Amino acid sequence: MGGKSFFIDTSRCTACRGCQIACKEWHGLPATKTTQVGWGNHQNPKDLNFYTYKLVRFSEHERNGKVVWYFFPDQCRHCLEPPCKDVADGYVKGAIVKDPETGAVIYNLEKLKKVPFDELLDACPYHIPRQDPKTGMVAKCDMCIDRVKAGLLPMCVKTCPTGAMNFGDREEMLALAKKRLAEVKKKFPNAQLLDADSVRVIYLVLDDPKLYHEYAVASKDVGITRKVALKKLFDPMGWLQSLV
Amino acid sequence: MTNHWIDIKNSDVILIMGSNAAENHPISFKWVTRAKENGATLIHVDPRFTRTSAKADIYAPIRSGTDIAFLGGLINYIIHNKKYFKEYVAEYTNASFIVNKKFGFKDGLFAGYNPKTRSYDKSYWAFELDRHGVPKRDKSLKHRRCVFQLLKKHFSRYTLDKVSKVTGTPKNLLKKIYEVYASTGTKDRSGTIMYAMGWTQHTVGVQNIRAMCIIQLLLGNIGVSGGGVNALRGESNVQGSTDHCILFHIWPGYLKTPRASLKTLVDYNKKYTPVCPDPMSANWWQNYPKYSVSFLKAMFGENATKENDFGYKWMPKLDDGKSYAWLVLFDEMYKGNIKGFFAWGQNPACSGANANKNRQALAKLDWLVNVNIFENETGSFWKGPGMDPKKIKTEVFFLPCAVSAEKEGSITNSGRWMQWRYQAAKPPCGVKGDGEIMVELMNKIRELYRKEGGVFPEPILNLNWPKKYDPHQVAKLINGYFTRDVVVKGKHFKKGEQVPSFAYLQDDGSTCSGNWLYCGSYTEKGNMAARRDKTQTEMQKRIGLFPNWAWCWPVNRRILYNRASVDRNGQPWNPKKAVIRWTGRGWEGDVPDGGWPPLSYGKKSRYPFIMRKWGFGQIFGPGRADGPFPEHYEPLESPLKKNPFNSQRINPVVKLFHTNADRWKTADPRYPIAATTYRVTEHWQTGVLTRWQPWLVEAEPQLFVEMSEELAKLKGIKNGDRVVVESPRGKLIAVAIVTKRLKPLKIEGRVVHEVGLPWHFGWVVPKDGGDSANLLTPSVGDPNTLIPETKAFMVNVYKL
Ligand code: SF4
Ligand code: SF4
Repeated sequence: MGGKSFFIDTSRCTACRGCQIACKEWHGLPATKTTQVGWGNHQNPKDLNFYTYKLVRFSEHERNGKVVWYFFPDQCRHCLEPPCKDVADGYVKGAIVKDPETGAVIYNLEKLKKVPFDELLDACPYHIPRQDPKTGMVAKCDMCIDRVKAGLLPMCVKTCPTGAMNFGDREEMLALAKKRLAEVKKKFPNAQLLDADSVRVIYLVLDDPKLYHEYAVASKDVGITRKVALKKLFDPMGWLQSLV
Repeated sequence: MTNHWIDIKNSDVILIMGSNAAENHPISFKWVTRAKENGATLIHVDPRFTRTSAKADIYAPIRSGTDIAFLGGLINYIIHNKKYFKEYVAEYTNASFIVNKKFGFKDGLFAGYNPKTRSYDKSYWAFELDRHGVPKRDKSLKHRRCVFQLLKKHFSRYTLDKVSKVTGTPKNLLKKIYEVYASTGTKDRSGTIMYAMGWTQHTVGVQNIRAMCIIQLLLGNIGVSGGGVNALRGESNVQGSTDHCILFHIWPGYLKTPRASLKTLVDYNKKYTPVCPDPMSANWWQNYPKYSVSFLKAMFGENATKENDFGYKWMPKLDDGKSYAWLVLFDEMYKGNIKGFFAWGQNPACSGANANKNRQALAKLDWLVNVNIFENETGSFWKGPGMDPKKIKTEVFFLPCAVSAEKEGSITNSGRWMQWRYQAAKPPCGVKGDGEIMVELMNKIRELYRKEGGVFPEPILNLNWPKKYDPHQVAKLINGYFTRDVVVKGKHFKKGEQVPSFAYLQDDGSTCSGNWLYCGSYTEKGNMAARRDKTQTEMQKRIGLFPNWAWCWPVNRRILYNRASVDRNGQPWNPKKAVIRWTGRGWEGDVPDGGWPPLSYGKKSRYPFIMRKWGFGQIFGPGRADGPFPEHYEPLESPLKKNPFNSQRINPVVKLFHTNADRWKTADPRYPIAATTYRVTEHWQTGVLTRWQPWLVEAEPQLFVEMSEELAKLKGIKNGDRVVVESPRGKLIAVAIVTKRLKPLKIEGRVVHEVGLPWHFGWVVPKDGGDSANLLTPSVGDPNTLIPETKAFMVNVYKL
């Protein structure tokens, strides 16, 4: 398999949002207007947007009479077989590419203008891509490919004070994920790794993933849209090629 | 901190109380997380379930301002269940000391109280002395009047039932926390406390910390790795600014500011140099005159001579019995008694308690100089809400200054590490650093004095003052150098040579040192604070001690009172986490608290608490204004009419202010909701830096008030509604965050609600950000420090 992966250990995340803000800083992304009125929540901005590739999600619940507050630093999972790329490939070659060395799924903002955004978003099992309604461009986490190629850690990983964000060779990250899972299982029997075999951003959560975020795990009914399914039917070789 | 950040990883139990470390000290959680993964238990006690609570193994709610009740219960639990570290308590603390017969405690008052002056005569709290003048001891801890027995009796009233009723913390949680924390009273376990303003900003602030010190001493947690009493400083250099005397009552290095009645240097030194007849006590402060004279030599250089008392009479004196603390200054300013004010790197219009009073006070000034990076509510107070610029006479000057990354110099972190920083960027538009501004300003003043004279020009003209600001020169002067060729302790030193450590400072004018605690930081070997060397011994590695990284006061000692981490033979209580060890010839590990051999060497040795007159950890603390033991008193504003522990509702020696801006209400139906203030990760202090930073404003855009679902329902408030929060002193509009993370508390059989607000916002920017939570807080302070009580007060909340 090879390439790079993240391991995001939410058991260590304190929701300091260093990662969220460092991501913006590195990419020179502007702040978006937020307000507490009608929202009343520390999770700001409310959701990912064209200028926000990384968002720490806050969710509070009551579990067995105790309050819990779960933090989920959400970002593109860099799927091993990215369904968004299948959609894009159906329209414009090179609108979405997979970097052969790292496995990073990279968006071409300009070219993606020509790909219907709703199809792209529908295809994403994690509800990640966001469009700028003004320009039609679509953006998301780029694995800090410029940094990684220069031998640096992604900005969010570099910033994280607690060790929640980790990045490295896929094998190394998988091993780390499994080791941490075994450790936390002792205290948290519901602990699990999320979709570890199909994504490059592997989350460790301590409880039912739905309590962290609606799209923490891949939603079953998306991933392959009708168009992609048809494409698969008529162009099996092309489909297969897009996987490598 | 007695210990340091990395050392937190060595703890077995971490208590975070009076602090929201995960949010306000994010990096601390690097080490808290390590400790947890090594098996430590993390406890968080806070009125509100925060990002810290989210990571805790045990979270317990508490009503703001009842920490002494909570901790008193723990003291009672430790003693009652014999969980204390007997040998440590008997040998290293003053638990064995006999207190004189006049001492007593009745219904909330210690012996010696004078209701007219609202103060204590502390002679009632003295120890009983033997014929050598040394306190009598009973190491069996059985004597009726020994500290241990008095402590036991004092806190026997702090039962689980009583504590639970006052704090609102459920009994089962109290018990669980007491059990877990008391488990560190063994040789092989250590517990630490991480606290911050949640403990200090109360009318019982100092006694909150005292209560924890007592617990740490009972459990043998002081001096050891993974232990200590650890104040998390709210700014990167608060420790440094305190060490260098940002406060009125001290000179650098915690020397005392002289009082007017101390006419000569001899009087002054005599007053503050403790005399101890016990040869086993190092009584470190006996060196006081060496430090004070060296400081005066640093102040006045060549002009300070033996004949003129080294310029002692040029130093400003405080009137006897008078305080010049923040609250007092603003009270005087409000009354029109202060003409001019430098607001330097601060924003009192938002940061000070009872901010409305402060804003009104600024209008009474003739002039105000605001030195800051951005425009703020202080410099622009005259155009703020409720102000009529036409009616305000204050002339305001704004001096923009460089930001920290644009300056070279040192900062001292909470762990007392002095770390040198290089200048990362040049300041824009010729803007100056604070040091440059100060030097130039003073040079101008000196020039005017030289030309025109003045009432008392000597202090200004005789000052040892540079022509230009140079951080290295300042750092070298802080360390100190020899002012002439001299031999000290058999060693020859040349004039101008840097003093290697404070052990060489002299009281005859042959040395200068701007701050004795920092002597050793910039020596002939160079700038020790600039060191970035990670080498360490195996022993040091085990506890994460990096002696060659930066420099730490005093004398690069990383864990204070480390002589208490070993037994009488100098062997560590816990060899796995040893801080120091006696090898038979010397000490290894950290720099020991003095090089004397361990106690088994008898007279050659010294007791471990070298900064205390008698050499012992102070379970009984006879120096505080409000009593030798902590006692629970209600906050100035509380939901209770009566203190359930005694007949004194509030701390009986608290200082109250009486202008028409000082209003408070207790158990008043108009203000039925307890309130507290705090910070969030995303903003810093009053937000003067962070509110101009769009990414941070995006993450925390405006003032909110957090409340329970139950209170919201009661008040017809929905999440995200705009609401009014009102106290007897001010009113704010905030957005409601209705959350499960706050719960109504059961206090004395009835339901008490608590809400909380951050104090980061202000009207200047962002436009819809709201204003400072300090518009609500009362201007009343702790009797020892006068730190304001911004963490516990009463409000009402209603829908806009
Ligand atoms: S990898 Fe880079 S682009 Fe992706 S979330 Fe992290 S900082 Fe942002
Ligand atoms: S930087 Fe680390 S700890 Fe902070 S929010 Fe991001 S993942 Fe969590």
